[in-house]
Amino acid sequence: MADSDGRQVDSINHSTEEDVKLQEVVQAKCEGKELTKEEKQRLRKEKKQHKKNKKDDRGPPEKEKEKEKASVLAPSKPATQSPAHKAPVPVNASASESPVAAEKPAKSKAEQRAERRARQDTERASKQGKKEGGQQSASSKPKATPNELQPVVKRLPEHIQVDDPAALKKLAKKLERQQVPLRSDYGYKVSLFSHLHQYSRKNPPTQQISIPATVIHPSIVRLGLQYSQGIIAGSNARSVALLHAFKQVIQDYSTPPNEELSRDLVNKLSPYISFLSQCRPLSASMGNAIKHIKKEISNIPSQCKEEEAKRRLQECIDSYINEKIILASEAISKYAIEKISDGDVILVYGCSSLVNHILCEAFEKQRKFRVIVVDSRPRLEGREALRRLVKKGIRCTYVLISALSYILPEVSKVFLGAHALLANGYVMSRVGTSQIALVAKAYNVPVLVCCETYKFCERVQTDSFVSNELDDPDDLIVTRNGKTHLENWQTVKSLGLLNLVYDVTPPDFVDLVITDLGMIPCTSVPVVLRVKNVDQ
Amino acid sequence: RLHSLHVLSDRFQETLARNQRFTETPVKMPGADKETDLSERIESFLSELKRCGRGAGSLRDSAETARETTALLRRITAQARWGNAGELMEIIRKEGRRMTAAQPSETTVGNMVRRVLKIIREEYARSRGSSEETDQQESLHKLLTSGGSSEDNFRQHFAHLKANVIEAINELLTELEGTTDNISMQALEHIHSNEVIMTIGRSRTVEAFLKDAARKRKFHVIVAECAPFCQGHEMATSLCKEDIETTVIPDAAIFAVMSRVNKVIIGTQTVLANGGLRAVNGTHTLALAAKHHSTPLIVCAPMFKLSPQFPNEEDTFHKFVSPHEVLPFTEGEILSKVNAHCPVFDYVPPELITLFISNIGGNAPSYIYRLMSELYHPEDHELYTGK
Repeated sequence: MADSDGRQVDSINHSTEEDVKLQEVVQAKCEGKELTKEEKQRLRKEKKQHKKNKKDDRGPPEKEKEKEKASVLAPSKPATQSPAHKAPVPVNASASESPVAAEKPAKSKAEQRAERRARQDTERASKQGKKEGGQQSASSKPKATPNELQPVVKRLPEHIQVDDPAALKKLAKKLERQQVPLRSDYGYKVSLFSHLHQYSRKNPPTQQISIPATVIHPSIVRLGLQYSQGIIAGSNARSVALLHAFKQVIQDYSTPPNEELSRDLVNKLSPYISFLSQCRPLSASMGNAIKHIKKEISNIPSQCKEEEAKRRLQECIDSYINEKIILASEAISKYAIEKISDGDVILVYGCSSLVNHILCEAFEKQRKFRVIVVDSRPRLEGREALRRLVKKGIRCTYVLISALSYILPEVSKVFLGAHALLANGYVMSRVGTSQIALVAKAYNVPVLVCCETYKFCERVQTDSFVSNELDDPDDLIVTRNGKTHLENWQTVKSLGLLNLVYDVTPPDFVDLVITDLGMIPCTSVPVVLRVKNVDQ
Repeated sequence: RLHSLHVLSDRFQETLARNQRFTETPVKMPGADKETDLSERIESFLSELKRCGRGAGSLRDSAETARETTALLRRITAQARWGNAGELMEIIRKEGRRMTAAQPSETTVGNMVRRVLKIIREEYARSRGSSEETDQQESLHKLLTSGGSSEDNFRQHFAHLKANVIEAINELLTELEGTTDNISMQALEHIHSNEVIMTIGRSRTVEAFLKDAARKRKFHVIVAECAPFCQGHEMATSLCKEDIETTVIPDAAIFAVMSRVNKVIIGTQTVLANGGLRAVNGTHTLALAAKHHSTPLIVCAPMFKLSPQFPNEEDTFHKFVSPHEVLPFTEGEILSKVNAHCPVFDYVPPELITLFISNIGGNAPSYIYRLMSELYHPEDHELYTGK
């Protein structure tokens, strides 16, 4: 620690007066006072800020954004203010400074410095106020400022920048650093989707990994393979599997000397997450789960013993699964069963664990209804749903999605599951869902979407092109009557196969969204997101 | 004497015909050579129709069916025994009923029968010297002035009627042969360069249409594969041979990609009298998606597909094939507890259609009823008395 500080002091020494504050801190250190955690953080922030100011003229904007993101991510989102942790507050403040600095480059450096100093003074004052008492009122003030100035434009996720060679190079370098194998694209990609990855199931990402894997935990390797081969599919299943794998990782983790669990564990998780997103792009629910875990990890106080910390994390993961997934589905079932009446004919699409659960519960509660399961090539997930429902004893009909117009006049309600709910009210779900909602609207059949709140996502999207997932194109090939027409599609120059995984449904097709917080219209999703953020 | 032949059951006749071919010793009824030959042909045509259904067995091109039907009708006109126009029409109506009963979903057969009936009526009217009846609609004036029913009008015998009718049927055959070319000639008027065109399943008319346009323009085609028969795959490989950029998508992705599509061009099995369509399953979804995105929906259909039927109730409109296509027998344990449906056709209402392109040019769906009155006589709309 002393060395790094010394180096910092050297590099900073030969520059301007903005480092007076730093000098103060350094002096305090030399005088024998131990640097508190916040001051260490502030030191780091100052250094970054300084570097950024130097590069302001020449640095490309991406690097800034990346650093912003990194600086915002590292100590995670605005956390509950525990007495031991005042670190997030100065961090957020300084993070909010950087976007302000980026947005107003015209302001002179002196003005920026003055601004920053004034803000830090207010923080320091508020910190003093907190020390004396009245935590809530004081903490809400500094929290309000960073929230308002929170960076609006986040860094673009890598998996939708495949057509940008610079982004690809950066990703390759990052993966090399983390020792995660890079997966290469397969087959001819339709030009409309050249910004997305397209992998083949026959080339699993683990081919280049040596056994035993040194950097990546074996349970993560197994999980990645299960994702890429489609053995674990469905957003709830993937999240639960991910959390269980993380529990295993935490169990086997041991803090190296001179490191803190809260920071080191987060760094250990990064290559795992890169590996998993190489196997299959992360879903919105997985993203929220990971954010939650990282926040919990960084909230572990430093004086906590390792065993205690691990136990606490495991409990936290268990309670997340219990609350957000299991109990949420119970709550949703309760609301949804009110909407199912005797004599109903219910249409479902594909295999949604939540919708299947609702139907089984309703059947147990002696509701009389029958189900029509609609399925689509090439995944044919509806057969799985069909098996589960038939095992329960529910009367079922099975059709393919092209027969939708034939079967819809018989239907009284449509229940759909969701992969994520976007902030502008659009529902992101399995491809084909929007079609079902469209035809149901044309026949005046109510459409109900069931979705847990942990799948709500702050992204916005209006069409199914900009952010999607391309599955293995070979899945579309089929042999009928002994003839396989698309067998050699790779050799034919102008032929492309498109196997989309998700699509977005506009909110005017959806009549109701049933969540664990209640039954809301599609447009209330940003309200729920705001409520959730305030709670946290 | 044809009546006596029809007294024997169809199956007996079939076996008769088959045995004849097999044993090479034709069983000839005295003085009935022509009629045996004729009935043989009719029977073989009927059994072909019965065997092939869309999606199972050998797929028959509608144009082929139309041509064969017309050729058969010409043969009947030439070889059957009839004295006047009325008898001929009676014979043709009878045969027509049997043919449509063999495969009710193949409406081209019935359409051709009605066309021939109209030809006979016209030739008869011309031979009689009466003016061409331009307005065949029922009107109060007509009811009052014509007085007598028009049935006995057909009892007169004309020597050249046979020759005239056969000549007219030959003209009809030439028209049938040129339909696909006539439609593809209009392709360049409707497709501009760098367009994205969407289609579903496999239609030979649309294929020819797109290939003709591809000779001069560069565009992109998206084909929805149309499960469970997946004829879209064949269409895509065939289009690729002409170097057209093609993409195959599953049916579920139709709405997802529709926002990038400029035009939807489809074929159909039948055009109904109200301007609606009976097309492959999945077309209604495609039409709704196009309507939502305000994308024009163009139907390429030759005139012989225009049928004077209106969309019937659900029970009689749909045709189903084996649910094995949807849920294979390998899923045995759930198959017995589940209803699986595999409909072949979809009804598309005329409000969703923008344009019909046929061999006589482009028309709006609201004009179809008018075209129908030019092709068929209103009394021929019902070949059956009770259906």
